[in-house]
Amino acid sequence: MNLNQNKLKASVTLLRIFIGWHFLFEGVVKMYNPEWTSFGYLATAQGPFDWFFAMLIGDATIGWVNTLNIIALMLVGFTFTLGIFERVGAIVGAGLLAMYFLAHPPFPGLTQMNVEGSYWIVNKNLIELVACIVIYQLPTGSYFGLDHLRKNKLKTQEQ
Amino acid sequence: MKWTRRDLLIGLGGLPILGAVWWAGAASSVGSRKKRSEILEQLNIKPSLPPAVPGIGGEPVRIGVIGFGIRGEQLTRALGFATDEWKEEMRLAAEEDPNNKRLEDFESQEPLNVKLVGICDVFDVRAEKFINSFSTDDNKIKRYVTYKDMIQSGDVDAVVIATPDHWHAPMSIEALNNNVHVYVEKPMTHTVGETYTLREAAEKSDAVFAVGHQHRQTLSFSTARDIVEKGTLGHVSLIQTNTNRNDDNGAWNYDIHEKASPETIDWEQFLGSAPKVPFNKNHFFRWRKWWAYGSGLSGDLLTHDYDRLNCVLNMGIPTSVSASGGIYTHNDGRNVPDVIQVNMEFPDFSTGSSQTKGKEKGMTFCYSATLGNGFNRPTILMGHDATMELGNRLTVWPDSASTRYADMLEAEKMLPNVPIYQYDPAATATDAVSSATSQYFADKGLMWTYIDGVRVDSTFLHMREWLSVIKNGGNVSCGIKEGFDEAISAHMAGLSWKLGRKIEWDAPSQTLKPIEGIDFDQVLLANENWNIQPEMVG
Repeated sequence: MNLNQNKLKASVTLLRIFIGWHFLFEGVVKMYNPEWTSFGYLATAQGPFDWFFAMLIGDATIGWVNTLNIIALMLVGFTFTLGIFERVGAIVGAGLLAMYFLAHPPFPGLTQMNVEGSYWIVNKNLIELVACIVIYQLPTGSYFGLDHLRKNKLKTQEQ
Repeated sequence: MKWTRRDLLIGLGGLPILGAVWWAGAASSVGSRKKRSEILEQLNIKPSLPPAVPGIGGEPVRIGVIGFGIRGEQLTRALGFATDEWKEEMRLAAEEDPNNKRLEDFESQEPLNVKLVGICDVFDVRAEKFINSFSTDDNKIKRYVTYKDMIQSGDVDAVVIATPDHWHAPMSIEALNNNVHVYVEKPMTHTVGETYTLREAAEKSDAVFAVGHQHRQTLSFSTARDIVEKGTLGHVSLIQTNTNRNDDNGAWNYDIHEKASPETIDWEQFLGSAPKVPFNKNHFFRWRKWWAYGSGLSGDLLTHDYDRLNCVLNMGIPTSVSASGGIYTHNDGRNVPDVIQVNMEFPDFSTGSSQTKGKEKGMTFCYSATLGNGFNRPTILMGHDATMELGNRLTVWPDSASTRYADMLEAEKMLPNVPIYQYDPAATATDAVSSATSQYFADKGLMWTYIDGVRVDSTFLHMREWLSVIKNGGNVSCGIKEGFDEAISAHMAGLSWKLGRKIEWDAPSQTLKPIEGIDFDQVLLANENWNIQPEMVG
């Protein structure tokens, strides 16, 4: 059982690091490209919440939306790769993915724009979102990550 | 507090991953930006800004509209006047599709200092629709029975002509002779002979003459001109431009109005110089399908593509034209072809060269059209150094064997399949295009242009420019010279198709090289039997 626990922890850690890797890269690429904007993605939003995304693309809001998106992406990237406060990261990550998913949901009857692969209701955004829930349920920062040092420190102090 | 080396490995193991990902992200972003700015710096292309037009001040320009059919209504909207029927139709369309912004666009259009004063249309229903929509208590609009009545009334400063092709020149000439300003739809004329008469009238007249090639206002085309002038493409040896439409509207099978009858249509006046035939609704509403009134693909749609390129390259009239095609998908009684290929030769033309001097010269303009297939084939300019796709968007790809970019291609700073320049003024706008035909025009940059990401009707800009020149002087972007080039080139294409032979232009004498026994205008106008008749030869 203990051996299985370790295998599970190792697998979830790998999942956590890869998701963090993905988010971090997305955030860094956008941060270093001053011309990047989420305008196109939001302006072409479809489905039941298109009105919400249309609200975000105003001249006053779009700058904030872009900045917050980069900050959120990097936050998930940092917490997941470093293995600290990953539950906060998981909530933020799931929230971001929910927005990405709802802006272009692969629902029957909607045109799928700029997607590779074929999807029906479930797509990779949704799967990554569920993976974030798994990370939330099974924190592995103390198994591999900065949390290990924090936990150890506490233990040392308790002794 | 004691951390073992194992603790540190476990605790800080994520750090190198974070560093690596950060480095990779930053490097790819900054690297590709640097590469791009290096290319852009070398190309030095300036995206065009909207032309500054002096205001249309003083008394409003008094306008008479001749012909209030499909295009007449569009032109009147560009002037700022839409019928109630159209507004209602657009309101419903916007309800159905919130992306349909045509009514919104129309309502936000800048008002022009004009006053509609008269209408001339041989179909009562259209003339009445015009008066009912635009006549007010302060401004009673008058219906004129003939265009001459309107032009000679002294009550109109300018006329907008949107009639069948065979009426374009007679009406324009009459207006110019009376110093009434003219905005005429394309093609400018219906015969070769008229083209000279109209040019003379325009040159003599004090009035401003403009041809309705509204795409000259499209910003992507002025940017394209900059791209070509800077030698970005190198020597362009071939231009391919196309028409692909596959719907009734695109094949000119327009709706026939239920109220059309010999009582509501002045048939004699419609016919004018055309052969006398009994009243025929099909001919009246779908006149583009017969040579007697229209000019088929060569006059109706080739002219758009020809002038689009003439506005970018200023290549003028071709030295020779050969055309072929037929009536292959719409055997419905029409006599204009529905499939046509036109090759225009410009043996002395060059867009500049990056190779040894004298090596490159000459260009073919190839127009390929069908009304039996709607697949979008873009317009491409093929140069030795690069290829450009021309529409509302512009894309430039380097050529793998380019001389100019050889070093950059070698260093892999450029890749043959990766665009080196893209101009998309609509990148921040979402559009809804209502029909296949309007999609066709929109893709070509013929319907609207984008200024600061806002969609603007190019016909409105074209009209505004004409009105501004009327008030302030200056030159229109599509005047008699451009119209002359367009009309002669289109007629050469029509003649070549009809005669099945090459038609040549003699530049020094500014005339078509004669073919023995052939009267070009007779051939151009003939509905059938334009083949050489024994009695016509010698």
